[in-house]
Amino acid sequence: MFKEVSLGQYYQADSVIHRLDPRVKLVGTLLYMISLFVFNNIFCYAVAALLLASVMMLCKVPVGYMFKGLRAVLFIMLFTVVFNVFFTTGDILFEFGIIHISKEGIKMAVLMLVRLTLLIVSASIMTLTTTPNRLTDGLEKLFRPLKLFKAPVHEVALMMSIALRFIPILSEETDKIVKAQTARGAKFDSKKLIERVKSLIPLIVPLFVSAFRRASDLALAMEARGYHGGEGRTKLYPLKYEGRDFVSYIILALYVAVIVFLGIMSARIVAFLTPENSYLTLFF
Amino acid sequence: MKIIKAEKVTFEYIRRDEEGNVEGINRAVDNVSLDVKEGDFISILGANGSGKSTFAKHLNSILLPTEGTVWVDGMDTKDEEKINKIRQTAGMVFQNPDNQIIGQVVDEDVAFGPENMGIPTEEIKERVEEALKTVGMYEFIKRSPNSLSGGQKQRVSIAGVLAMHPKCIVLDEPTAMLDPTGRKEVIRALRALNEVEGITIILITHYMEETVYSDKIFVMHKGSIAMEGTPREVFSRVDELKEYKLEVPQITLLAHTLRQRGLRIPECVLTVKELTDAIKNC
Repeated sequence: MFKEVSLGQYYQADSVIHRLDPRVKLVGTLLYMISLFVFNNIFCYAVAALLLASVMMLCKVPVGYMFKGLRAVLFIMLFTVVFNVFFTTGDILFEFGIIHISKEGIKMAVLMLVRLTLLIVSASIMTLTTTPNRLTDGLEKLFRPLKLFKAPVHEVALMMSIALRFIPILSEETDKIVKAQTARGAKFDSKKLIERVKSLIPLIVPLFVSAFRRASDLALAMEARGYHGGEGRTKLYPLKYEGRDFVSYIILALYVAVIVFLGIMSARIVAFLTPENSYLTLFF
Repeated sequence: MKIIKAEKVTFEYIRRDEEGNVEGINRAVDNVSLDVKEGDFISILGANGSGKSTFAKHLNSILLPTEGTVWVDGMDTKDEEKINKIRQTAGMVFQNPDNQIIGQVVDEDVAFGPENMGIPTEEIKERVEEALKTVGMYEFIKRSPNSLSGGQKQRVSIAGVLAMHPKCIVLDEPTAMLDPTGRKEVIRALRALNEVEGITIILITHYMEETVYSDKIFVMHKGSIAMEGTPREVFSRVDELKEYKLEVPQITLLAHTLRQRGLRIPECVLTVKELTDAIKNC
């Protein structure tokens, strides 16, 4: 019932993308997402898609996995497409009763679709190629400067990795409790919403009690093994930048430069490419 | 050389009601004194609520005695400054294997202790490999702890303590949640550690079978030490052990019953082989 809970859907493979420092991947994905939001013209998207395609080629993850994430947002995608197509005003291309489809509407819908796809696929690639542990390590290192403002960076990172470690244990426990309560006549599959919510109480209460007990045990075990906060800790796998990481940063910088350039110049390029009344204007 | 020395240790839990007023005092450990020689295999036996786990937590400075003193390798556990050194000298393994594994991969978990000690990366790697080899878990180095059996998880926990290079390991009912195979695995690993590496083992348990090979047994009852001696000395007092709600190993019990029925069998029998030999000689 709860077996399919899987966070951090890591796909084990041996590729350059897998070996990249998690910080590079985090910064890269973030910049990439920002670039998709700031500039929305076809040239920028073309360059962005090109970059994504080359990363996809390099990362040795089956394409199906990368697009899996899209299923979750399928509804949102349909929603945006429908809204943009039917409710954007502009040059009417087609009209039927109250329905009117404009050129701008179609353009917006297509751009949104492309943007969402690129966003989701890029985020999927990051989680598919980075273990949750490396991800938290990367976050810890990246946010280290916040320590100056007394932010508990190390603690939050440790909490995240412990949470990830306990997800399968707690989901197994949930399973056990569900079975135990079902055996005693509890029903978890009522059709009525209120009853269904109520039926969760005999599940949640024991789960919380046990989670707290585990937390207290774990704290004791950590203390017994000499844990005393992030001060003076070393790492089994410290994050260290290597040649490929610097190369990736350079590629990233180039990408940003190209995107910014295209973003600013797009109007002129469009004007240059499309003489008045050309059919091509539909695309821009 | 005494690795652990406890002198008149008393520990009290204070029960409070909802307003925080003192409702009563539970004396979990009552005037316990014991010495442990370096390199020994010591067992502390006791039924539920005998105070054995509470006492164990004193050996690694998790709990501090209300009265009395505990010395670990000459260091007073009350000494705040030495706390890290004490925890490194006397490592501790707990009952529930799931609740003491921190890492998501076996090697990362074993590295947790050395990481806390600030050991350089290269050396951590060596220690992790060495510790996992010692407990026979090296082939699982890259596995997720969730995919291991209970006994294997417990061996990983032991490796996690070993990687800190302790002189002494305290195990608080490490086998209580394991199946018989897992129990055997853990006990075998502990004996090897004791015999090959010379590490002092303090095993806290209520399974008497596990204590057969120890150098010395302490039996705790209601917070104090009720019996102490070699396994042979302790197990020969079958009726007394029953009073403390402990069950002697089946083979010892059988020999004891046979003896009561008039068979000429020596006072205390610990293994099947001893009993068969004794019966043959009858």
